[in-house]
Amino acid sequence: MTPEEIRAAFIQDLITVAPDIDPETLEDEAHLQDDLGLDSMDFLNLVNALHKRFTLPIPETDYPELATTVKAVRYLSGALAG
Amino acid sequence: MSMFVMPSLGADMEEGTLAEWLVKPGDKLARGDVVAVVETQKGAIEIEIFEAGEVAELIAEAGQTLPVGAPLARIRKPDEADKEEPAPEPTPAKVALPSELEPMPEPALMPSPLPVPDPVPGQGALASPAAKARAAEAGLDLGTITGSGPGRAVLLADVERYLKDAPSAKDTLRESIGKTAAKGKPGLDMAQLRRAIAAAMSRAKREIPHFYLSHRIDLQAAQNWLAGTNAERSPDRRLLMGALLIRATVLALSRAPELNGRFESEDYKPSEPIHCGMAVAMRGGGLIAPAILDAQEMGVDDIMAAMRDIVARTRAGRLRNSEVTLGTITVSSLGETGVDALFGVIYPPQVALVGFGAPRIEPIVHDGAVAARTCVTATLAADHRVSDGRQGAAFLAEISRLLQEPETL
Repeated sequence: MTPEEIRAAFIQDLITVAPDIDPETLEDEAHLQDDLGLDSMDFLNLVNALHKRFTLPIPETDYPELATTVKAVRYLSGALAG
Repeated sequence: MSMFVMPSLGADMEEGTLAEWLVKPGDKLARGDVVAVVETQKGAIEIEIFEAGEVAELIAEAGQTLPVGAPLARIRKPDEADKEEPAPEPTPAKVALPSELEPMPEPALMPSPLPVPDPVPGQGALASPAAKARAAEAGLDLGTITGSGPGRAVLLADVERYLKDAPSAKDTLRESIGKTAAKGKPGLDMAQLRRAIAAAMSRAKREIPHFYLSHRIDLQAAQNWLAGTNAERSPDRRLLMGALLIRATVLALSRAPELNGRFESEDYKPSEPIHCGMAVAMRGGGLIAPAILDAQEMGVDDIMAAMRDIVARTRAGRLRNSEVTLGTITVSSLGETGVDALFGVIYPPQVALVGFGAPRIEPIVHDGAVAARTCVTATLAADHRVSDGRQGAAFLAEISRLLQEPETL
């Protein structure tokens, strides 16, 4: 998968969890919890969706790597390549 | 034969809109079956039936807005099935056809859509204190009321008059409920949710003598246990700290009957079951506190599953009436990104609310030395008519003790 495809997939899972987020205006540097207002349950649902989509384990210790869209795309790209 | 009526889903509810029937005449019903969806200020609520039977007749139609208590359907009890053969024409006296229900009882509250309040201080509507209080209680914006006092100040009489003959406001409310229902997808009207919160919270602060206690709890043991447990689990089975906090609260409540129950009319009744309300923040504002029913019977994993389910259904607008009406206590947890502590307002007719601030790493004394450990501040808002500080303190101390042994939760 290209980073663009990973980004599109990530955003799709993100707006499933938080339907009020507008993908058009979403800033890639926005912090999911501090800026976009995801709570711990939303975040866990997002991790679960990504886990299912990419069949990656995504341990809790890696959660900080998913703090923003930019970071998440980098993390997922690396994990899929590795 | 019994009558299935528009249920009251909270002291502030006057009427509801039947959005959808999930049963049809002839369907067999078991106690607890969901039979209809009703649109309320708190979004769409699934309505369960509390007795077994068979649907004899649907009286109300989808889309109708009806007052609390209005008949929705006739239910034939299981043992009546045969006796009903000759279908007696004169149905029981209590049966009223929808047409007989017009004109509807005048609702006490007829909130109008709230315009954005004037943010400039001093330029808001002039009003007497009594008028302000009455308007706030009814969820009215004073700016929408024409004042008859000095300098066009709004007087109590003006508010009463407005409440008495504001049919347009009532129609608007009904229309907006109808609109959400008509879309097919049960939605949530934020202005209405705000008014429901305003009514419940105003009543709480008017009627309940709150007292507050606060206690800092060392959460490191629980945090370590959680990290270890989750490391071995896939994301769909992971736990949140919130599940541990609710579990510890529920266990501590078994020793604190004066905090778990409902204060209705003149009597406080402690509740045997613990129907633990959970404050769920709505994205876009407002919150709803549906209850995890019979939480005393659930371990941490069950509570986590119930939380996932209830949060999802709260946000999707698919709660059940038992969940919004039976709560015996509420837990409000700020989660990871919040402030140190929250001092809650009790959700009437409950008598206590437990608040958890955001867990943080703090310098505290542990084993005789200062250490950096994860801590959380737990607070209790309790009803002084029912409990005292000593009981409240013992309760928070018990939550703290339980959280030091997370593996036993």
